[in-house]
Amino acid sequence: MSTAATSSDLQTVYVPSPETLGAVLAPGARPPRPSAWSSSVTFGWRAMLKIKHVPEQLFDVTAFPIIMTLMFTYLFGGAIAGSASAYLQFFLPGIMVTSVVMITMYTGIGLNTDIEKGVFDRFRTLPVWRPSALVGMIFGDVLRYILAALVILGVGLILGFRPDGGVIGVLAGIGLLVVFSFAFSWVWTMFGLILRSEKSVMGVSMLVLFPLTFLSNVFVEPSTMPGWLQAFVKVNPITHLVDAIRSVMSGSPDATSIMWTFLWSAGFVVVFGFLTMYRYNRR
Amino acid sequence: MSDHPSAPAIEAKGLVKTFGDTRALDGIDLLVPAGSVYGLLGPNGAGKTTAVRVLATLTRPDGGSATVFGHDVVREASAVRAKVSMTGQYASVDEDLTGVENLILIGRLLGHRKPAAKARADELLAAFGLTEAADRQVKKYSGGMRRRIDIAASILNTPELLFLDEPTTGLDPRSRNQVWDIIRSVVAHGTTVLLTTQYLDEADRLASRIAVVDHGKVIADGTPGELKSSIGSGTVHVRLRDAATRTKAQEVLARALGAAVEPDADPVSLTARVEGSDFEASTQAARALSELAAAGIVVDDFSLGQPSLDEVFLALTDHPASAELETAR
Ligand SMILES: Nc1ncnc2c1ncn2[C@@H]1O[C@H](COP(=O)(O)OP(=O)(O)O)[C@@H](O)[C@H]1O
Ligand SMILES: [Mg+2]
Repeated sequence: MSTAATSSDLQTVYVPSPETLGAVLAPGARPPRPSAWSSSVTFGWRAMLKIKHVPEQLFDVTAFPIIMTLMFTYLFGGAIAGSASAYLQFFLPGIMVTSVVMITMYTGIGLNTDIEKGVFDRFRTLPVWRPSALVGMIFGDVLRYILAALVILGVGLILGFRPDGGVIGVLAGIGLLVVFSFAFSWVWTMFGLILRSEKSVMGVSMLVLFPLTFLSNVFVEPSTMPGWLQAFVKVNPITHLVDAIRSVMSGSPDATSIMWTFLWSAGFVVVFGFLTMYRYNRR
Repeated sequence: MSDHPSAPAIEAKGLVKTFGDTRALDGIDLLVPAGSVYGLLGPNGAGKTTAVRVLATLTRPDGGSATVFGHDVVREASAVRAKVSMTGQYASVDEDLTGVENLILIGRLLGHRKPAAKARADELLAAFGLTEAADRQVKKYSGGMRRRIDIAASILNTPELLFLDEPTTGLDPRSRNQVWDIIRSVVAHGTTVLLTTQYLDEADRLASRIAVVDHGKVIADGTPGELKSSIGSGTVHVRLRDAATRTKAQEVLARALGAAVEPDADPVSLTARVEGSDFEASTQAARALSELAAAGIVVDDFSLGQPSLDEVFLALTDHPASAELETAR
């Protein structure tokens, strides 16, 4: 690309020609409407391009998880489990879940700012499967979740995390986390569409995420908590997810918590996917 | 969902849309025949964007109904979407992406395979004079280039109806002319265009029919000629050499034009509205000019202009549009 040509140079050159315009206006055969999957993947490609053009947005999936892991390992490690290294075996799957689930809120914030710009108006006038713009956007976010999980895994391995489940167990754990996070993202697309500003989306996200991640089995075993708290922790989907991931990463998969993880995931997609699309169609 | 070959491009009846206490649309009726440019003319806040959004299936009306080529915009939204495209008032392309990426994205979403989408993107970029800017992010484009990439995205699959919401607001005169030429080509090809604008001269140049919108209502509609003659065809502006001759000039003009002549704030200027057809107006204006000369009044500048949107508004509603126009971006 020539860097010498500025926008004003280009404008002096351009004279719309009826012939050239007429030629591009000639209706070729219209291709058939793309499948739901294909249009979702295309929107996912848009999310990739945005990461390519605005790489700063990867900061929150790299720096934030590293800080979280280091901070909690050394802050609580000694006090809770005696040594940071022993604590890490228990704690790393939990901090992975906390970080990635926290990152899901950027889906809502991203959608909220995106939709303020006119481009969503164009998407909504295209004859495509309606949820695909949002599904594709979340596909892009899933890539970010995977990246964050791998960063945390890397930090963990450096600090001394040695999962008994091996490569398969770790990958299965990350897989569970990605499935759950994909489903959980629909909570934020709904808020991203309902709430007026980026700030309020952020506020609501914090209000939901803090209790959900902290009142769970991420940091300490629930048996050390008072009974009423244990009751909440037991039904918290984050607890099931952390149990499931710990079990597969340690090489002894726990069918119950894995089942709960899938049930919760399905529930989030159905309920919040529906509410999101209801809002999306009526905006 | 059968097609209606003889259906008008747009038929709206009593469209209502409220936002809290604001009645953005307060019973809009429109009948847009296929195959021409239809202008929606109105000041900022008149309800033009809301009307376009309802017709493009982006917003549901609270009352009334509308069809696009015979398809109801609420009940048959996807049939409508297959026939229309929209270029919004603000950029309806992704500003973070490059020009070519935007066009490939839309092409893929319309069902083109990757190579076909790329070829189509290149072809459109060339026709819109954007080949050199293809790999630059749209946020780095000038205003005119943004408009062009936006319109290019809208005609990726040539639509039967194209919505253009204030496509030239904020553009310099040259870019405005480019957009006008593009619109003319699009219409020549058979696409119907619904154009919103705040400028009477733009609607006059491009539209074969105009609806004047104010406070969510159509307050007048017709051909540009009908509208102009309904309010007097133009305005005569005179600038005198000597402010002392103004009272005399005012008398001479009033007699020659048979119309009220207003002194302007500028002490050497006068303005008069002329009634009748363009031809009558220009003969009257010519007579007035010679009578001024005969009376020995030196005229530095004399012009016969179209009524401004402000004058159209004043004539149609008894309230000026300028207060609202000042807030226009
Ligand atoms: N989403 C919205 N929420 C609240 N008020 C709105 C919204 N959209 C438009 N309005 C109001 O409706 C009126 C018409 O707006 P609009 O259709 O944008 O006018 P125009 O395009 O002619 O400038 C204005 O008073 C505007 O403030
Ligand atoms: Mg507008």
